[in-house]
Amino acid sequence: METVGKSYKRVDAWGKVSGEAKYANDLMPKDCLQAKVVRSTIANGLVKSIDISEAQKVPGVVKILTCFDAPDIQFPTAGHPWSVEAAHQDVPDRKLLNTRVRQWGDEIAAIVAEDNVAAERAARLVKVEYEEYEPIVTVEQALAPEATVLHPDIRKDNVFAHNSFKTSPDYDYEEAKKKAVEKYGEENLIEVSETYRTPRISHCHLEVCTSWAYVDTNGKVTVVSSTQIPHIMRRVISQALGWPVGKIRVIKPYIGGGFGNKQDVIDEPLNAWLSIQCGGRPVCLELSREECVAMTRTRHACKGVVRGLATKDGKLLAREADIYTNKGAYASHGHAITSGITTNFKDIFHDEYGCRADGYSVYTTSAVSGAMRAYGVPQAAFLADSLADDLCYKGGFDPLKFRMDNCVPPGFVASTGITYYTYSLKECMRRGAEYIHWDEKRREYANQTGPVRRGVGMSFFMYKVGVYPISLETSSARMILNQDGSIQVELSATEIGQGADTVFSQMAAETLGFTMDRVYIISTQDTDVAPFDTGAYASRQSFVSGKAVKKCALKMRARILDYASYMLERPAEELMIWQNNICEKIHIPGGVKEEADPYADFLDAGVKEYDIHDLPNGEAAILRDTGVEKDVKPGKVLLSMKELSENAFYSLDRSEHITAEVTSHCKENTFASGCCFVDLEVDMPLGQVKVNNIVNVHDSGTLLNPQLAEAQVHGGMAMGLGYGLTEELLYNEQGRPLNDNLLDFKIPTAMDVPNLHVEFVQMDDPMGPYGNKALGEPPAIPVAPAIRNAILHATGVSMKEIPMTQQKLVAAFKEAGLI
Amino acid sequence: MYDIGKYYEASCAQEAVRLLQEHEDAEIISGGTDVLVKLRSGKGAGGTLVSIHEIPELHGVDRRPDGTLVIGPATCFTDLTNNPLIQECVPYLGEAVDTVGGPQIRNQGTIGGNICNGATSADSAATMQTLNAVMILQGPDGIREVPVTEFYTGPGRTVRAHAEVCTAILIRPEDYVGFTGCYMKYGKRASMEIATLGCCVRVKLSADKKTIEEARIGYGVAAPTPIRCRRTEALLAGRSADDPQIYDLIGEHVLEEVNPRSSWRASKEFRIQLISELARRALREAIARGKDGESHA
Repeated sequence: METVGKSYKRVDAWGKVSGEAKYANDLMPKDCLQAKVVRSTIANGLVKSIDISEAQKVPGVVKILTCFDAPDIQFPTAGHPWSVEAAHQDVPDRKLLNTRVRQWGDEIAAIVAEDNVAAERAARLVKVEYEEYEPIVTVEQALAPEATVLHPDIRKDNVFAHNSFKTSPDYDYEEAKKKAVEKYGEENLIEVSETYRTPRISHCHLEVCTSWAYVDTNGKVTVVSSTQIPHIMRRVISQALGWPVGKIRVIKPYIGGGFGNKQDVIDEPLNAWLSIQCGGRPVCLELSREECVAMTRTRHACKGVVRGLATKDGKLLAREADIYTNKGAYASHGHAITSGITTNFKDIFHDEYGCRADGYSVYTTSAVSGAMRAYGVPQAAFLADSLADDLCYKGGFDPLKFRMDNCVPPGFVASTGITYYTYSLKECMRRGAEYIHWDEKRREYANQTGPVRRGVGMSFFMYKVGVYPISLETSSARMILNQDGSIQVELSATEIGQGADTVFSQMAAETLGFTMDRVYIISTQDTDVAPFDTGAYASRQSFVSGKAVKKCALKMRARILDYASYMLERPAEELMIWQNNICEKIHIPGGVKEEADPYADFLDAGVKEYDIHDLPNGEAAILRDTGVEKDVKPGKVLLSMKELSENAFYSLDRSEHITAEVTSHCKENTFASGCCFVDLEVDMPLGQVKVNNIVNVHDSGTLLNPQLAEAQVHGGMAMGLGYGLTEELLYNEQGRPLNDNLLDFKIPTAMDVPNLHVEFVQMDDPMGPYGNKALGEPPAIPVAPAIRNAILHATGVSMKEIPMTQQKLVAAFKEAGLI
Repeated sequence: MYDIGKYYEASCAQEAVRLLQEHEDAEIISGGTDVLVKLRSGKGAGGTLVSIHEIPELHGVDRRPDGTLVIGPATCFTDLTNNPLIQECVPYLGEAVDTVGGPQIRNQGTIGGNICNGATSADSAATMQTLNAVMILQGPDGIREVPVTEFYTGPGRTVRAHAEVCTAILIRPEDYVGFTGCYMKYGKRASMEIATLGCCVRVKLSADKKTIEEARIGYGVAAPTPIRCRRTEALLAGRSADDPQIYDLIGEHVLEEVNPRSSWRASKEFRIQLISELARRALREAIARGKDGESHA
């Protein structure tokens, strides 16, 4: 490929570095009113009355609206594609403002004022009378028989949903254990039974959640928002207001990060309603950092009660898990993430007898849990990899060999039908082990004494690329040829910092035969103009929306060649586009010799060779055709794109605006995978962990832009470090968040992040439009469990929960008699 | 936008005192790294600020002929760390304030504010305790001197009256000449951090470097205010600097002089572990620096 696979500079690099790129609030009109949400100061209860008389006297206050004024409409907020089946629709369990308070900081009123100072002064003067119930901070409290049912209209108790996955319908752990005892003898078995926990964390995207809204002259309410999902947001605002979708317009400019928090609709419907209530005047609703951390969405805290059985020579026999996640006050993404934890826990290892994983999503009176980078799999990896290494430690076998022997096999087909086509998991592990000098270090660190000890640890994962067939995957793209022969590309797949605009531009250039400088991607999505796409989430965009780009580019190329054929009076089949020119197409006898697949060796025996013609839908040709024919090369230049486009626009004989627009319904999916290896030292008397060397190795198919890919992995690894060591949103007994700011919620700083090493195993995947697979989310998955397992290797102490804070480490080392 | 009712820029300490007298709700602002954070959270919103930031004589570091260091309270942390006199006489103080927050905060926050804020977690606190620093306070009734060891009355509280302005911080030669020292900040991450614990140990070794003539131990966050551990200091005085037992001595005896609290940020048990371990390590480092001939003029 010519353009795809090269490290082009980000198309938005200059604008973002220089500060010229416009974010939501940069676009706000000068007379924009400022809104402030009044939040409950209890975690659980009912608003009896609200007295706004003093607040209304504050100069500059325009309007105060309370939960008693808000429409009695419940709506869902998840950034999922809507389902046409009622059973699969997201659960509408919240209102714009709520009289029934279900978390500390629940939205109960809103002030609109001339500026934020007036709004904040007024907010402090609002007097609220509550009927107060017991806070329900933990899953255990929520499941207690006496717990208040938080959503009696939705569920009979606080269990939002429960699922049970088994490798086979008749699988039972106890039965499996009996069989194992018979087969291997009890003395040859090792069993671990533990409870592992992962924390609730915040995304901490740089740009806070913000939006501003106004009513346009055509009566449409327009919301400019920092969101990952403009088209979904449009639908949700419509549901929340009870307005038709066509009367809602959402504009998404550049955004400063989302990591899944902005794959949810936060306060945009409220913002729209406030503007409508103020006669359509523009109203801005920007959340503070504190509100962002504790009152938007979080990653689910998770408790896993797990058991695992292996033979003494390291064969994994059976596992089971009961997994409880803290859903918080409202449904948000429903049960999807908990379900993802159970599935991934079950699938990442192959157990001789099988595995069962049950998941429970539980409502509590705390921050809402929703999507966050890797959607449940970081929790699954911590449970699965902690159990694996605890088994290894008990049995005295090597964690790398254990994974090589017992991991998900090549050609794995999940219960959803998603198939693991190009399989590089083991090669990733081989590469990671080699980089970290695994065998050597395992030996070197085996018998240490003293207060500072070193260890190596690892973790691995697999990750499904998109959401099909669990949910819809659809995307549209549009291309327009400009008078100068350049092209505009428009999508509603969104740039959220991950580099989507750049790789989409590369894809368009690749398939069209253009150079990158002739491709202009429209970064802003305006739902009035941009074609439909569900947005940036999962690790779907380069895969799902990438297919739309390719399909659109192929259609566009055909239209260009058709016009060239007219101009040159030659059949289109004799022409090709090469570096912005129409050229003669020269056939190479026998075609270009295919390069030998350098990764053929990695395909373990027994892998079903994939055949592009067997792909599940009829678009096999489009799937594999990158648009560059293999058996041709460009000959004489016949016509420049500028000449062609000028004619196409202005010809008196045949004026034709060359555009293309397609919808790509993606029914393909597959797995990406990878691993992390870490070499660290633990200063036990101070509970301090220092990472000396760390590597992530990723199997993400063909890399679209290696430099951006590496940067993507760096960010994920830093997130993983924080997840493993320092990050956790804490609550007091009253259900009030304690550390809802960036001082006390400890994300790693530049000083805390060690040098990060990244490697890739690239196999051309048959499912991806350009051989690519998921990369956006996976880097955040394996780091925390790898650190945990390295600490186990260093000290012999098995940590049962993350974050492994200094205090928890010191307590554990004291308990173990190490300090 | 910050909710500031009135803002005054004082041109001299006397004017600042007068403005503070005139406005009962007034708060002194210099770097603003604490005051603005408080304002943003709603505390003191709409109130009056009296800035001492532009008063020239409150900036910089000077040495009197008798060797006394005079530190201008409006000197920012970065300037303090980079100041030649600080580097020559009390480099560990410059190192201590170099652990505050991040570079932007250190360019803005001031040494006077760090002390007058009354926080036990202030990064200069432990070191200032060991230096017996003297706070010069100018108020409506004139000027008074308060040793920093008597300055704090509780968490966030000091003896400074509402209309008093700190105009200088003094460090006397007998408190620094011949000493080496080290401040160890313990936080949950490497920067942008408030100390979970701060420990400063300073020693004055004999001419042959074999004996600890004098030791000073100061802590932040080991009690509701910054503290000294004078009994342990007395036990160390006269001990051999090469005696391995001095580390257990300091690690065990400081625990009798501290009073750490449990909070959601850190438990009492954890802080006790840190108090003991950091004392051992800081003493080792202070002696090592002394033996390296690093003692300060």
